[in-house]
Amino acid sequence: METITSLSRRGLLKMAGGAIVVRFALGRSSGQTNGVTSKPLDPSEVDSFLAIHADGSVTIYTSKVDVGTGLATAFRQTAAEELGIPVERFTVIEGDTRLVPDHGGTGGSSGIPRGAADIRRAAATAHRALLDRGAKQLNRPASELTIAGGDVVHASGQKVAVASLIGDKSFSLKLDPKATLKSPAAYTVVGKPILRADVPGKCAARHPYLQDFTMPGMLHGRVVRPPTMGAKLLSVDESSIRAIPDVRIIRIESLLGVVAKDEWAAVRAAKEIKATWSDWQGLPGSEGLDRYIRQAPVERDQSIASRGDVAAALNSASKQLSATYYWPYQSHASLGPSCAVADVKESGTTVWSASQNPYGLRANLAKVFAISQDKLRVIYLDGSGSYGTNGADDAAADALLLSRAVGQPVRVQWMREDEHGWDPKGPAQLHELRGATDANGNIAAWETQMWVPDGPQGNRALLGPDSAAMQQTHGQGAGLMTLNLDPPYPVPNLRVVSHHLKDTPLRLSNLRAPGKIANIFAVESFADELAAAAGMDPVAFRLRGLTDPRAIEVLNRTAGMMDWQARLSPNPHAAEGDLLVGRGIAYMRYKQAENYVGIGITVAVNKATGKIVVRRVVCAHDCGLVVNPDGLRNQVEGNIMQTLSRTLHEEVTFDKSRVTSVNWARYPILTFPEAPAVQVALIDRPEEPAYGAGEAASAPVAAALANAIFDATGIRLRTVPFTAERVKAAFAKA
Amino acid sequence: MPQYKFRVNGGPVTVDSWDPDQPLLYILRNALALHGAKFGCGLGQCGACTVLVDGKAVRSCVTPVKQVAGRAVTTLEGLGTPEKPDVLQSAFIAEQAAQCGYCTNGMIMSAKAVLNQTPHPTLEQVKQGLAGNLCRCGTHTRIMSAVMRATKV
Repeated sequence: METITSLSRRGLLKMAGGAIVVRFALGRSSGQTNGVTSKPLDPSEVDSFLAIHADGSVTIYTSKVDVGTGLATAFRQTAAEELGIPVERFTVIEGDTRLVPDHGGTGGSSGIPRGAADIRRAAATAHRALLDRGAKQLNRPASELTIAGGDVVHASGQKVAVASLIGDKSFSLKLDPKATLKSPAAYTVVGKPILRADVPGKCAARHPYLQDFTMPGMLHGRVVRPPTMGAKLLSVDESSIRAIPDVRIIRIESLLGVVAKDEWAAVRAAKEIKATWSDWQGLPGSEGLDRYIRQAPVERDQSIASRGDVAAALNSASKQLSATYYWPYQSHASLGPSCAVADVKESGTTVWSASQNPYGLRANLAKVFAISQDKLRVIYLDGSGSYGTNGADDAAADALLLSRAVGQPVRVQWMREDEHGWDPKGPAQLHELRGATDANGNIAAWETQMWVPDGPQGNRALLGPDSAAMQQTHGQGAGLMTLNLDPPYPVPNLRVVSHHLKDTPLRLSNLRAPGKIANIFAVESFADELAAAAGMDPVAFRLRGLTDPRAIEVLNRTAGMMDWQARLSPNPHAAEGDLLVGRGIAYMRYKQAENYVGIGITVAVNKATGKIVVRRVVCAHDCGLVVNPDGLRNQVEGNIMQTLSRTLHEEVTFDKSRVTSVNWARYPILTFPEAPAVQVALIDRPEEPAYGAGEAASAPVAAALANAIFDATGIRLRTVPFTAERVKAAFAKA
Repeated sequence: MPQYKFRVNGGPVTVDSWDPDQPLLYILRNALALHGAKFGCGLGQCGACTVLVDGKAVRSCVTPVKQVAGRAVTTLEGLGTPEKPDVLQSAFIAEQAAQCGYCTNGMIMSAKAVLNQTPHPTLEQVKQGLAGNLCRCGTHTRIMSAVMRATKV
């Protein structure tokens, strides 16, 4: 079995001083066989994850991709720590189905708890093997040896470089689930704010983005999406683009594509080509979608929790509260539209993609295009942030269709209206809550019901193959939508039900923290409503129900950062000139099993204009062991900003035929003048398991903002987004 | 085919374009292999394609190539390299002011234009100067810190 022996690798390392160029060099040339023949991929083999080279450098192979989250850096730290080799010597190859083991796609914040755990076990197994080899070489018992600085070392001062023990040879070992792991107390690399290797390149136009990838003979393609979502292509007027040089028109059933040597020619041709399409009006429209969702046919009810007698407890309570919350369809709205390059050849097909799940993409493409998986290679390259499944997989199918049609490599980059209009969406969610407190302010009864668009299980249908009338499944997964529907507080009488609708107007996919942001929005807003009704301070109300010390600590830390003084909401001293100011807090444990997060927000609301100004956000965050505090902070800050954006601005709108929020004017996101100060307190627990942090901090943001607005104004916003119009309308009604 | 002469990052270039209205972005990326400027929207709404023309920030996705004839274009490549970054690039690296980094080109180039005009801006001026640049990952606070850091060097 051969391992990778890339001749150019070391030279490139010296030249570029980083991992990223190396990976790109491999990716760029590997389609043209640069000596990479085979490499173990079985996730039970150490060699699948790690290669230690003769020059002392180490390559990590993983199917979990970075997408700008800092995950690759966390992997380098994890492996460096277990192996005793300096972190600078590590590079990461991600998401190349010919080179990396399949230990899952990237999602659900699994990168650290699953991805890093696998790499850690591989490194620990390798560590043990290196000690044994060192023992033979140095003629010392392995028990007297350690690995430090890339050398196997004995207390006498004897040492031998790891590279000379294994360099460019394989371990041929199974991952040992019992391999001794380094004690967190002895960590010197994990827990440090190691700088990301990708950032300098990103700041100097050297990072190898998918969108920048080119190859010899590559053409530019665009798919002309139909003017209405279900339209059939009736005819094409080829003469309409005659003035544009060297464009080929591809037509397969209702798939209409253009391919050109020149990208601008492809862009213009796609825009200007005249075609007639059948009419189609199959959408309910986004206006009044909350009512539509409440009445749409339900496929199945899922009981999330049930205890006591909710109806009886509500009836016997002196005051019963009920409230309805609504979260709209939202888009991943990636800043760079999805892109892919496909090279379909007789000998095998290669697809370059920024998909968060390269193996999943390969399996789906193989099925839909009837290509055997061993003849299909997917190579991941970083794209624009995706926050779940954006249009990347669809763009890959587009490129594959067009490359197959013209017999040359084709690059497809979607236009802005394609990304906003056609990426699979995070579903709308409607929540109805009922509850009551007893005379002491304890929650006596609680009911959450959620209605959520859904559909059959299975792979999501790819847009291009659908237009081309190819056979495929039409699944509608959106991720774990039902977690955190139950309150984190003790409730003797509890009923939590999720009503899954038969259908969804728009294609679904996982969008960051699927379901949980809206669920916590409803649950933690409603907790605040109960607190206000019970005449209690929001923090005191929550603390009364929490027993887990980690939960209590994040809530106290959050309140502490806000200089929280106990009082009732709304704020009796809210007036500040034209503004009303207030504060709000929300707590959750992500998926009721992972990170503990508290978010506090101070806000100012202009009663006349309805404008909400978020002044400050604080966050206390406990994800167990912290691998890289700066990387973690970056993720937490990003979660907060992105969710403020989703809460204040974002709603996918559509009419009977198509999505209408197809650009940044119609689907606005948070801008710099709106960006608040953010303060994050990380609670590091080295002895606890590390949870992923790519999603958790997003989940309490909307609730904390709604609670702050209530505190400032006495108005309870229960429908997202919190637009100025909505605020003004609420004031008018109040 | 019509030819256009202008300067890019200090050096003269001559490019062909079959369409005088072809946006500068495609010329930079495809004819000149300068990949700093990114395609984000093609509508001048997001700022990912920002370059400097005669020192001022422009959206290269909506700037026809004919309009830059005879002028001086600066792209991200013209500032510095990973090994020798300029002051703004250094500040972005020091603050780790990127996640996916797709908007980073626009952030640095727009900030460059702000600092060309106002070498010592207030935080509020930086916010206003970057108002037309969108970041989807939510790295706003780091980007602002990076720009402020660059003004203090």
